Amino acid sequence: MSHVESALRPTLIEGDRTYHDITEDVCRPIESKPNKWWWIAFIVSAAAFLWWIIVVGYTVGTGLGVWGLNKTVGWAWDITNFVWWVGIGHAGTLISAILLLFRQKWRLSINRSAEAMTIFAVICAASFIVSHMGRPWVAYWPLPLANQFGSLWVNFNSPLVWDVFAISTYFSVSLVFWYTGLIPDFAVVRDRAKTKARKFWYTILSFGWVGTAKNWQRFEEVSLVLAGISTPLVLSVHSVVSMDFATSVIPGWHTTIFPPYFVAGAIFSGFAMVETLLIITRKVLNLENSITMCHIDMMNRIILLTGSIVGVAYLTEFFIAWYSGVEYEQYAFINRATGPYWWAYWSMMTCNVISPQLFWSAKLRTNLFATFFLSIIVNIGMWFERFVIIVTSLHRDYVPSSWTMYSPTWVEMGIFIGSLGLFFTCFLLFARFFPVIAMSELKTIIKSSSSQAKKGGHHGSH
Amino acid sequence: MAAKFPTTKHISYDAVSAYGMIKANQLSFCKAAIPTYHFENADVIVSIGADFIGNWLSPVEYAKQYVQNRKLNGKKTMSRHIHFEANLSLTGSNADNRYKLKVSQYGAALVALYNKIAGGSLSAPATTQDAALTAAANELMNARGKAVVVCGSNDVNDQLICNAINNALGSYGSTIDLNKHSNIRQGNDEEMAALVAEMNAGEVGAVIFYNSNPSYTYPDAGAFDAALAKVDLKISFADREDETAAKCDYILPDSHYLESWNDAEPVKGVFSLQQPAIKNLFDTKQAQEVMLSWIDAPVTDYHEYIKANWKANVASGATEQDWFKILQDGVYNYAGEDAVAMAFAGNVNDAAAKIAARNQGGDEVVVYEKTGLGNGNQANNPWLQELPDPISKVCWDNYFAVSPKFAKDKGWKHGDVIEVKAGSATVKAPVCLQPGQADNTLAIAMGYGRTAAGTAANGVGANAYPFLSMMDGAVVSYAVGATVNKTVEEYALASTQTHHTMMGRAIVKETTLDEYKHDPTAGNHIHMLATHKGKMKPSDVNLWATEELPGHEKPNHFWGMSIDLNSCIGCGSCVVACNAENNVPVVGKDEIMRAREMHWIRIDRYYTSDMDKETAHEKGIGKLDMYGLMEEPAENPKVVFQPVMCQHCSHAPCETVCPVVATTHSSEGLNMMAYNRCVGTRYCANNCPYKVRRFNWFKYSDNEQFPFNMNDSLGKMVLNPDVTVRSRGVMEKCSMCVQRIQYGKLEAKKQSRRPMDGEIKTACQQTCPTNAITFGDYNDANSALSKQSKDERMYHLLDEVGARPSVNYLTKVVNAPAEGKPKATHH
Repeated sequence: MSHVESALRPTLIEGDRTYHDITEDVCRPIESKPNKWWWIAFIVSAAAFLWWIIVVGYTVGTGLGVWGLNKTVGWAWDITNFVWWVGIGHAGTLISAILLLFRQKWRLSINRSAEAMTIFAVICAASFIVSHMGRPWVAYWPLPLANQFGSLWVNFNSPLVWDVFAISTYFSVSLVFWYTGLIPDFAVVRDRAKTKARKFWYTILSFGWVGTAKNWQRFEEVSLVLAGISTPLVLSVHSVVSMDFATSVIPGWHTTIFPPYFVAGAIFSGFAMVETLLIITRKVLNLENSITMCHIDMMNRIILLTGSIVGVAYLTEFFIAWYSGVEYEQYAFINRATGPYWWAYWSMMTCNVISPQLFWSAKLRTNLFATFFLSIIVNIGMWFERFVIIVTSLHRDYVPSSWTMYSPTWVEMGIFIGSLGLFFTCFLLFARFFPVIAMSELKTIIKSSSSQAKKGGHHGSH
Repeated sequence: MAAKFPTTKHISYDAVSAYGMIKANQLSFCKAAIPTYHFENADVIVSIGADFIGNWLSPVEYAKQYVQNRKLNGKKTMSRHIHFEANLSLTGSNADNRYKLKVSQYGAALVALYNKIAGGSLSAPATTQDAALTAAANELMNARGKAVVVCGSNDVNDQLICNAINNALGSYGSTIDLNKHSNIRQGNDEEMAALVAEMNAGEVGAVIFYNSNPSYTYPDAGAFDAALAKVDLKISFADREDETAAKCDYILPDSHYLESWNDAEPVKGVFSLQQPAIKNLFDTKQAQEVMLSWIDAPVTDYHEYIKANWKANVASGATEQDWFKILQDGVYNYAGEDAVAMAFAGNVNDAAAKIAARNQGGDEVVVYEKTGLGNGNQANNPWLQELPDPISKVCWDNYFAVSPKFAKDKGWKHGDVIEVKAGSATVKAPVCLQPGQADNTLAIAMGYGRTAAGTAANGVGANAYPFLSMMDGAVVSYAVGATVNKTVEEYALASTQTHHTMMGRAIVKETTLDEYKHDPTAGNHIHMLATHKGKMKPSDVNLWATEELPGHEKPNHFWGMSIDLNSCIGCGSCVVACNAENNVPVVGKDEIMRAREMHWIRIDRYYTSDMDKETAHEKGIGKLDMYGLMEEPAENPKVVFQPVMCQHCSHAPCETVCPVVATTHSSEGLNMMAYNRCVGTRYCANNCPYKVRRFNWFKYSDNEQFPFNMNDSLGKMVLNPDVTVRSRGVMEKCSMCVQRIQYGKLEAKKQSRRPMDGEIKTACQQTCPTNAITFGDYNDANSALSKQSKDERMYHLLDEVGARPSVNYLTKVVNAPAEGKPKATHH
């Protein structure tokens, strides 16, 4: 399948890397001792993770009253964080599944870490589902399990049950997809292992991969099948998450635009997070040759596209609120933009609608600092989007007597910070022990899209 | 007692005195008593500061009378109620027209009414409401014999003029009865003041306190305490070491009234008996038995004593059989003497002169009773502390209610702590912005600032009794010439409702009597939905039911409720009743501040705003500005109340979203909660358009953090054994007293019949003094509920959401022809 591409096509592997160079680049972090920056990052993340355990433990032990929720605002930071994390996960699946089906080779150097990000983000998201429950010790009740409670079954009408299916399917498919891709790379680490422990563990992890043609054939087939299964999930998972709101009767939630709008927002935030992570990873792990400015540019274009879709969705909501003639709906949106939480709304608008438009400039798209900065801005904006949807809709709904304000307590803020700790702890361990680039797959384009190949093609030596 | 101890003197003293009235009646009619009132006979009611359905004398009785002529069951007439007052009271908020009037002008206002009605020419200072008073006088005169004027002042002169007005209107014998007088207040402020003086002079050898706590309630408690210290023997029958008892030599704890025999004559000729419902919980002895033993009475058993006394004196010649009959009835009506015509003999000139000489200057302090806490003797009841004030919706505190304008002039904001000095009193309390409060007046509730009442009451709020003072021999509850200083402190008030206007929404539907006469559906515009079949009523649009798949059937019963907004006065009795019936936890001030009260039923109170959709349309004000202005209540707003509990929707938004089917619908139309199935996602509460669901954020029982009603063995004795105490992390809400429904059904079944209409009553319904709540079965075509739900005034709250509530409301009708255009109709 490899053939030399046109030189006009962007180079996806820089620095004249050979097959061996790529193996060395990818295996180096696993086979060498981590540097100071890794340790600093790890200690900070692990501390935040330990903090997460403490604050979640405190919440479970004392009661949800330690949060700032009230009779009117029953969800706030908890579900904001849940949706935010689920959304972030979406880029990984889009990259590895949809881009695979569309034969987008530029995905190859970023899909592994993006998928890892998906897995960890979904873990963080799931943690909020459990911790937001009044009785987390019975968190398994929304699962349709055989039980001894009589004929008790779950409520298949409830979007929360759909959510349980969506998230659990998403997690399991993503995990299998990710792990399947890892097997040949684990085998490489195994085969290069110089210590007994490494040999032992990577032997187990690589599932007896030997690299025969049959192995590769099955690998390709399974990847394709899993990509096929994952592709609808990219669209369905966040559509289902959006139905947690869209199927309600609350003005500001009850909106048919939510599924596509949420999916676009998810991909938007997911790519921003991939960029945040990879801009650091490529630098710290010396992977600039594999994760190139071309990749950054590509991702920025997706951010520009999805950011614009999200912007159109925001405006559509306003138009429909006006067009509907429903006073509750109209007030919900007027209140969003001008009510007590106006600052959250305008933070969202600035971060999500205005700032990505800067990526029309090719200069900014290929500027690492600008990209890094905007990727953080987008993630802040997307967090505010969920906060705005959840809190501003709830705090002033139908009956003005029950209108309240909501403000978070240190516990809620602590759990959010802690969940970042959980996420980065997982990601740093991943960067330390797992091949962060799908090297076996990346090697398939070295003859077509690498700078080395292009040079050869350009000189026309054959 | 007088026989054995000849120098004994029995002095009656009321925490909230009505001695001014008693004295005025002595001067007017030579009868030292307070009359009974019959508001049901009044076509025109004018009140000058009398909160007669809130806390004036016998408010529950008056509320029941009052609504008789306010309910519109088929008829198209209702009484007119015009109200003048300083602080926005429960009664004032129910009035057809309400005017702000400084408390120092009450007397002048009465003189103005008198001059107009009785054709007098007494001189009195002008008031700020002379035009309204003239109009009120005209209405009163047009309703002679069917009118009543009441005044909340305890000033003898005010009451005397009030008597003169009622006399001129022919109210005595129709709306007021002084023959069958009320015994509810008998305190004599002059005798009490004399006692304090005697005690201070060392002339009193022993003092016994029964059912009184003057160290707390006496206006000059400091002087009282100093005088008390000079008494050799001080005995209190208090049930706890209260402010007075703590200063006594002996405390002889009286048994609780539910543990005691007793009798009463609340109204002349109406006798009542009280018998114990429970054996003594503690080692107490009934005060009466103690006193009987002191005088070496032959019978010290109070039961026997009462019986003998009744047979001899009350129901003379009653046999043992008669006694049992009376005991079973609980009430004994003594035929009594014939009514005596009483001629008015008061000196109105003298009274008016004293009123005219009264100081009207400066800022004034008004001391009032809150509907829940009253004079404060029940302050340690956490249900009452957590019952929001019907008007301000603040709980767990008192405060200085001031008008927003006054606060703005003074540079105060809500929650600023101010120090108010008036006379010898200095009280520090936070400011509460209260629309409808007369400018330059500060209203503060008594009953707070207790120091020795118990854990729930101690330290809550500030004691306002020091503002009370003697005027012409009676204790009056206001003070003029106050000096006010702002402190640097700020204080957070806990309120269950922080948004005060309806925002132009048709939440409480309202119309005027004139419009109602013309069109019974007035104000009850039904919002139609545009569908592919054309405009449809929301209740006819159905997502689920088709011909093949009909909606949920309710073959046996279909329970529901109807609430007459014309009857609801907003008092909040239903809230407390529900708390007691359904083991609703008290959560305390901190949790209320976080908007986490657990009440299953709440009374929404809305003020009108100067801005509404019509005004915005006329003035070309844009939506953004309109909604901003709508949030501001009017300076003297009209007030509406709406009890809201779970609406038991047939298409309940909460039920569909629960992942674990913890909230479901019964085949009898009830929306049910399975607490032990709830996992606590709170989606149901989020998705409830009525916001009636309550979440157990903490474990509220057996938790040191919530030392209120579920935390000790005594508190737990109050719990209703038929209702589960909910655990942490689960949702709860109104069950429509399902335990009572179940009981009623079983009782009927035992007798092989169906439950009869009215036989099953919910707790809120049972307690409502005005019968605003009707519970029943929609499947019974003859039930009161079915009939009421066919009324043209019937509507469902937020009908357009399509939840199909089983609770319906009847529009509020206001008898205010002049300016009563409803402001919250749907367009």
